[in-house]
Amino acid sequence: MTKDEIRGAVLSVLGQLAPEADLSKLKANLRLRDQLDLDSMDVLNFVIALHKKLGVDIPEADYSKLATLDSCVAYLETCAHSR
Amino acid sequence: MTAGKLLRWRKSLGERVQRGDIIADVETDKADIEVEVFTSGVIEKFFVQPGEKVPVGTLLAIIQEEGKPAALTTPGISAGQPGPQVPALPQVPHVAPGATPPPTEMKPTRLHISPAAKKLATDLGIDLSLIAGTGPDGRITLEDVQHAAQAKRAQPIIEVPLDRAARMRQVIAAAMARSKREIPHYYLSTAIDMSRAVAWLTQENLKRSVEDRLVYGVLLLKAVALALREVPELNSTWTGPTLTRCSDIHVGVAVSLRGGGLVAPALHHTDRLNIDELMKNFRDLIQRARAGSLRSSELSDPTITVTNLGEQGVEAVFGIIYPPQVALVGFGKLVERPWVSEGQIVARPVITASLSADHRVSDGHRGGLFLSAVDRKLQEPEKL
Repeated sequence: MTKDEIRGAVLSVLGQLAPEADLSKLKANLRLRDQLDLDSMDVLNFVIALHKKLGVDIPEADYSKLATLDSCVAYLETCAHSR
Repeated sequence: MTAGKLLRWRKSLGERVQRGDIIADVETDKADIEVEVFTSGVIEKFFVQPGEKVPVGTLLAIIQEEGKPAALTTPGISAGQPGPQVPALPQVPHVAPGATPPPTEMKPTRLHISPAAKKLATDLGIDLSLIAGTGPDGRITLEDVQHAAQAKRAQPIIEVPLDRAARMRQVIAAAMARSKREIPHYYLSTAIDMSRAVAWLTQENLKRSVEDRLVYGVLLLKAVALALREVPELNSTWTGPTLTRCSDIHVGVAVSLRGGGLVAPALHHTDRLNIDELMKNFRDLIQRARAGSLRSSELSDPTITVTNLGEQGVEAVFGIIYPPQVALVGFGKLVERPWVSEGQIVARPVITASLSADHRVSDGHRGGLFLSAVDRKLQEPEKL
């Protein structure tokens, strides 16, 4: 899976979580929680959706690596390469 | 909530329905709600058509119960009469922060007003239920009516159509203003060491699949529900001079809505569900609250409310009680703090739990026991 495909998948999941958000205005280096007003239940739903979409099992200890769009894509890219 | 608009019937005339079925969708100022039925039978008559806006309590339909004689389908039949079951537009006493129950609920049964004041109010078209009398024993005087008339004239007469968010804000404003006006609140707070709860949760989530993981908020909800068994007067409703202790514990969970506003639907039987059931229902409730598909009973049944603003960085919450409930529990952020344990200063994850309670119903001593019980429950997370 390419980096762009991963980014597209992440944005697709975020679009489902926060349908009211204009994702084109998302700053890739800022915290998703702050920009999209996500709470811990949203984060869990985010992780579950990524698991279903990409087959990645993200441990709770790694949630902090999903903080921004850039860090999230980088983390998932690493996961994809290590499989 | 004072009225609702029927959006659609989900069942047809003559169709058989089972207890718990959703038969209609209704739009209110706070949310779209699903109207469920509490009996099984056949739909015999509809009284309201899609698109109609009707007051709370309006009969929507008649369901002929199985094994009961045929109904007399008169629109005047009431839900209390034997025979057919009559779904009505549900009263939602606190569609989240609390829609306003009918004003008569908190009023004396007999209006104290002089004949002259009553005549003047009638002549001027003044709603007497909105006037707070200043005479002896709250008697409404001629001057009270004149002041009300002046205030009415001073009000702008331009009505601007409001969108859902604005209408929701109005409902919240009315309920919260009423709560602050009528409920003598007292507030308590305590810091709770969450190290055992956090450690247990971390270990538990390591063992679980992604879909089955828990969030720590569910531990807080269960701890509150179990603590209420020890201080049951906080799990009550107050309507006028009557206090009703609720036999079931339905914790209302404050859910902020995207785009503004909030609702506080009930997690039914919070104390009886195991932690997995509670997590599943909690997750489902939040999703449906944000998708606008809550059930009427979820909006009408909360017996206490829990609000958690910790994720917004808030240290502690001292909330306003949602009438007719008599207590609200708040949680602040989970934060690492210095904590003295056995003479040593150690870093511990700590959360501030607070209680807003109605002093007509409980006092600080009982409120303190409640917060102490919440703390105790969280020290044994494996038993939640």
